[in-house]
Amino acid sequence: MLVKRPEMPEQDPEKRIHNFDEVALGYTEEQATIEANRCLQCKKPQCIKGCPVEIEIPAFIKNIAERNFEASASELKRANTLPAICGRVCPQETQCEIECTLGKKGEPIAIGRLERFAADYELEKGVQIPEIPESTVYRVAVVGSGPASLTVAADLARIGHSVTILEALHEAGGVLIYGIPEFRLPKEIVRAEVDFIKKLGVEIKLNFVVGKLRSVDELLTEYDAVFLGSGAGLPSFLGIEGENLNGVYSANEFLTRVNLMKAYQFPDYDTPIKKGKHVVVVGAGNVAMDAARCALRLGAENVTIVYRRGEEEMTARIEEIQHAKDEGVHFKLLTNPTIIHGDENNWVKTVKCIKMRLGEPDESGRARPEPIPGTEHEIPADVAVIAIGTTPNPLIPSTTSDLQTIKRNIIPTDAECRTSKKGVFAGGDVVTGSATVISAMGAGKIAARAIDQYLQSLRFAETTSTLDC
Amino acid sequence: MTYTILEREELAPEIYLLKLHAPEVASKSKPGQFIIIRIDENGERIPLTIADYNRDAGIITVVFMEIGKTTKQLAVLKSGDSLSDLVGPLGNPAHVPKNSVVVFVGGGVGITTVFPEAREFKKAGNTIISIIGARSENLLIWEDLVHSVSDKLYITTDDGTKGHHGFVTDVLTNILKEQGVDLVVAIGPVVMMRAVADVTKPFGVKTIVSLNPVMVDGTGMCGSCRVVVGGETRFTCVDGPEFDAHQVDFTLLMKRLTTYRDEEAVSLGKFMHEQDCDEKC
Ligand SMILES: Cc1cc2nc3c(=O)[nH]c(=O)nc-3n(C[C@H](O)[C@H](O)[C@H](O)COP(=O)(O)OP(=O)(O)OC[C@H]3O[C@@H](n4cnc5c(N)ncnc54)[C@H](O)[C@@H]3O)c2cc1C
Ligand code: SF4
Ligand code: FES
Repeated sequence: MLVKRPEMPEQDPEKRIHNFDEVALGYTEEQATIEANRCLQCKKPQCIKGCPVEIEIPAFIKNIAERNFEASASELKRANTLPAICGRVCPQETQCEIECTLGKKGEPIAIGRLERFAADYELEKGVQIPEIPESTVYRVAVVGSGPASLTVAADLARIGHSVTILEALHEAGGVLIYGIPEFRLPKEIVRAEVDFIKKLGVEIKLNFVVGKLRSVDELLTEYDAVFLGSGAGLPSFLGIEGENLNGVYSANEFLTRVNLMKAYQFPDYDTPIKKGKHVVVVGAGNVAMDAARCALRLGAENVTIVYRRGEEEMTARIEEIQHAKDEGVHFKLLTNPTIIHGDENNWVKTVKCIKMRLGEPDESGRARPEPIPGTEHEIPADVAVIAIGTTPNPLIPSTTSDLQTIKRNIIPTDAECRTSKKGVFAGGDVVTGSATVISAMGAGKIAARAIDQYLQSLRFAETTSTLDC
Repeated sequence: MTYTILEREELAPEIYLLKLHAPEVASKSKPGQFIIIRIDENGERIPLTIADYNRDAGIITVVFMEIGKTTKQLAVLKSGDSLSDLVGPLGNPAHVPKNSVVVFVGGGVGITTVFPEAREFKKAGNTIISIIGARSENLLIWEDLVHSVSDKLYITTDDGTKGHHGFVTDVLTNILKEQGVDLVVAIGPVVMMRAVADVTKPFGVKTIVSLNPVMVDGTGMCGSCRVVVGGETRFTCVDGPEFDAHQVDFTLLMKRLTTYRDEEAVSLGKFMHEQDCDEKC
């Protein structure tokens, strides 16, 4: 019995920091089959418990082991509409893989890598479009086109409801298209998944800002139900001096310029970005890793992650932290920025920081970082990226009647994704605050079921009212 | 979805007007709001103020000056061509006062933003005094339109070729000395807006300006458009574009507007070179 998984073939760090091509190259058929054969096919599989969308993990792995790759992809798609994406970006190490029985003695099954393998195999072979039942009379508007929205849309379309996605940006995919960089999630993959959803009959209207072009109340006059999957797109800043200097970016701006607008191909693409030589990135989530690694690829000599807590507390996927380290990103942990200093032209010059130590746990249960007096120091920088989190945009709550929100424009829902407003459902980051692709998709699944039930209740109400007459 | 250019007009040297087919956007547009457009797949997203709209015909009008690569590229498009993306209306509509004497100050292309606002303010029963200025007579645009919605119109040119020889602020100062004014709305180059703010401040007259920082999404998602107003950071695209002039940090705005000066030069150079080639080759 092998205790180790095959290594993931990767682009060499020396080379890859000069391009935006995908870093992890994916298992070959051989590697995938070898790894799939390590799976014990447990009678009581623990892995499934860790999966937010309850993929039949042993079943799809068994298909790979038996080289039925297409069947494996179909099995995945029964539970997960976007497996090629999840296989690349889910934090499997804290979800399914952490539960895997094999993990007790050696390495757990590389569930994520196998998921990616099967999904890519299917994409390459050409995706089967499932048969769609006759269309119902109901129309659903889905706001946003991130993973939550794509999932709701696909599930509702499969039942036969007519679904329209309304997306503010000029391309569909949400964070998958504007935030996560090409080298981690090729846009071609996102486009293929979006295409699949279009083929299910979902209409996508781009350049459509809900709250401006139509309010949610107006949408409810045209559609029978509305799903809000508008994400958590409003960037937070530190609130320290110097944050409005030239060269200080929110991670959202930095990544949007690079990914959505392709600023890394400037001037062939028109959108510019400042290519810093010395870049400081504040934060240690996936967003911070992505920004740091983009900065390297734009040609930075030094990229430093500054984070006020320690190694243990970093929230990025382990693989991404490792990738960042391999590529030469410096980590200054237990360090917090206090002031950003600029030069006479208003350009960032240095980021002044102070060392921190971990004190008593705070409300979140995590050790509270405290500054250590007398440890101030300056880090030279000509670009600084603030990646300390995002919150939902106030636009929709502020233009919708009777929609309850809680702190920072979070839209609360019950377990069925129902908001306080009749006919309006929500899921993903707009409900949870910044979370993960798979949790957004999980919410999308639940919401689709709840919306379908709601639409059926409308039908019931209609039939009873006709009976009344 | 494509957004077709229905009409193109050169209003003055390097100043163009486009009428765009965008029925949904037109149906919701209000004075003071803007759109963001992207010309093609490789294009950047740029904000343009909505200079006019015709809800029945589904048309919005924008006016722009050729400055960088994107506006130069926009300037060579013809009617019948289309833009790959157009999103709006973005930003907050202008707040319309009641029973007020309002002075509108428009400079350069800003004059076209003054027009729909002045029209709306006039409709609401306000008294409208407009001051419009340009470097020279041939750059003065929409004089007739602004005239048609103003109770009184003053014209200034820097070189004295038309109207008052000097700046809009000279005329504004005189008006403020001579009569009661409830509100001043200034739209134009940042230096002009700042000068207007400086003039009105000692008179204690409320003054509104429309800001034009660098934008990307226009929906509050990136923070590229941040400005400081009253000591607080605000996002122009969602909190503005109109702000209290006496609270705006104009120096910061001007500095932030230079962020991509080098890149803009590169982009423009490349475009001009390609244009040259197209003509010669
Ligand atoms: C850089 C980055 C890296 C990440 N890396 C990972 C990772 O590796 N693994 C992981 O699991 N998670 C990761 N995440 C988190 C994950 O991407 C999000 O949790 C997930 O995308 C949330 O999905 P969503 O459907 O709720 O919304 P989003 O993906 O945020 O999509 C919301 C969409 O709604 C649109 N919208 C907003 N308001 C309106 C409106 N008024 N009208 C119309 N449209 C509107 C937006 O333009 C956007 O397209 C990352 C996030 C970022 C930013
Ligand atoms: S727990 Fe691990 S070994 Fe068991 S079925 Fe799941 S993936 Fe296979
Ligand atoms: S333009 Fe992005 S937040 Fe205003």
